[in-house]
Amino acid sequence: MLKRVHFPRSVLPYLLVAPQILITLVFFIWPASQAVYQSFLIEDAFGLSTEFVWFENFELLVDDELYLQSFGRTIFFSAAVALLSMSAALVLAGFADRVVRGATTYRTLMIWPYAVAPVLAGALWVFMFNPTLGIFPFLLDMVGIDWNHYLNGTHAMMLVIFAAAWKQIAYNFLFYLAAMQSIPRSLIEAAAIDGAGPVRRFIDHIFPLISPTTFFLLVINAVYAFFDTFGIIHAVTQGGPANSTTILVYKVFNDGFVGLDLGGSAAQSVILMVLVIAMTVVQFRYIERKVEY
Amino acid sequence: MASITLKDLVKAYGDTEVLHHVEGEISDGEFIVVVGPSGCGKSTLLRMVAGLETVTSGTIRIGDKVVNQLEPADRDIAMVFQNYALYPHMSVRENMAYGLKIRKISKDEIARRVEEAADILELRPYLDRKPRQLSGGQRQRVAMGRAIVRNPQVFLFDEPLSNLDAKLRVQMRLEIRKLQQRLGVTSIYVTHDQVEAMTLGDRLMVLNGGYVEQFGTPIELYDRPATTFVAGFIGSPAMNFLPATVSAGMATLGNGAQLANAGAANGAVTLGVRPEHLLQDDAGPVRVTVELVEQLGANSLLHGKLEGTDIEMVVSQPGHMSAAAGTVMGFAPAAGALHLFHAETGKRIEP
Repeated sequence: MLKRVHFPRSVLPYLLVAPQILITLVFFIWPASQAVYQSFLIEDAFGLSTEFVWFENFELLVDDELYLQSFGRTIFFSAAVALLSMSAALVLAGFADRVVRGATTYRTLMIWPYAVAPVLAGALWVFMFNPTLGIFPFLLDMVGIDWNHYLNGTHAMMLVIFAAAWKQIAYNFLFYLAAMQSIPRSLIEAAAIDGAGPVRRFIDHIFPLISPTTFFLLVINAVYAFFDTFGIIHAVTQGGPANSTTILVYKVFNDGFVGLDLGGSAAQSVILMVLVIAMTVVQFRYIERKVEY
Repeated sequence: MASITLKDLVKAYGDTEVLHHVEGEISDGEFIVVVGPSGCGKSTLLRMVAGLETVTSGTIRIGDKVVNQLEPADRDIAMVFQNYALYPHMSVRENMAYGLKIRKISKDEIARRVEEAADILELRPYLDRKPRQLSGGQRQRVAMGRAIVRNPQVFLFDEPLSNLDAKLRVQMRLEIRKLQQRLGVTSIYVTHDQVEAMTLGDRLMVLNGGYVEQFGTPIELYDRPATTFVAGFIGSPAMNFLPATVSAGMATLGNGAQLANAGAANGAVTLGVRPEHLLQDDAGPVRVTVELVEQLGANSLLHGKLEGTDIEMVVSQPGHMSAAAGTVMGFAPAAGALHLFHAETGKRIEP
């Protein structure tokens, strides 16, 4: 029988984890609990009186047409961002995996967009797509497309999707490239000898073998599109025109800090919190287990 | 089925030449083993034939086609990799069928060929398993199966047995040989194991540092090694090398002992004699100070030094024998068993 090893009790381990716990408490647990508490309150617009109303804020949201629309829009937005940035990253990583000359330069350039702050990324796209000044509307005009994301909701949505996806490509690219490089070379060589060309090898072997990475990135990208795209939307469209790019996280900000409905905004953020917890659970519980090698 | 011709084949990475002007004719149905120490370029040579490495200069011909510029897929070859390179996400059946599926062969034909190969390799019960559910020997068999279902012109083996345990290796070695004889497919087999090389190959190509040292049948290599490298590499335990000077058919060893029948050479030579070709003879000229005796049952290996020198020697004697450390024993080389090599170049001097 194994003997358990006992170490003398000491305060050192507690001291060592204390900073991390403190940060978690101050910056995560406390604001989260405040949000939960606030979501049970209704406050008048001047902040003079507050009433504890239990779940009324949530009931209001469920019946709110605008909120439900925003919900659907967010799901579309994050699916589009994940799909676009992951497929672009996959193709680029597929090429990077085959590049021989200048591979390091190519990879370094690929990673740059990730270092750009979301607001700056947004600003970049705003300039490029500005209906009067931008280069893209000018080019699109030549093929007969009248681009104006200030007036056209579809254009606005496309623009934020492009901007958000573009920024995430670098991240996805890194993971895909690492996954591809962990596939044994001889496996791909065996497929080449079996007669599979580069495209066939990619579809039949590389893609199935990196599927664990794909699942992982899917969750990460969904979370990114749900939460981290606030900066881009704020810089590019500010949720407009006519709410056409107001995704949930932007609506939290808009209702809370612009509309001053703190209770309703808090209720929305609690719902978002539950969503991200659910996604994380899915990630750990189901997807990590399905990894096949 | 096809012959393979290697002509003036060179491989260089940048300025570093790793294979130097390799020449070789491999006839249809022959089993060629390329053998040498690690880093000698043998795998590179195989990968060039497979089309996985580019050819710097020279030509490779399979059949009557120059294949230098052909993709691996178009060379009609099959390769068995050291780590098997099975597709982990496919069942054994799919692994074997993959190459056929790509070549757009009909489903019935694929099923027939896969099952035939599975019968030959006794893989039938495992057809629906994934590679990770198989043992090392079974994976090895699947890799073989994947090669034979394709019915290619050439088999290429890249140290296929080095990941197996000793017993399985001997067993698989026999199976590969039997299979190749049955199918009659031209094969190139790369290994660093000289026993594997001797037992498998119709002919052996011994590579050292990117040069072909000798290309011949196992017996030729054993009886008439072209260089000291081949002489030391082929045969176990390795050949004894004794520096000597030759004049008028008599070789004088470092300790003054003299051996007759030294042939036509003259001057400084390296004299080679295999451990099993030294016969016990109390009056024999080769006197060995015994250090240790290894009893192997069928024979005994005497390790020691040439009397009065620091030259290590091994002598193999049939049956059991024992000798205390420090005993000096006399041996005489069997008739015609002396090999003479040039002292500097290591090249064989024909008697």
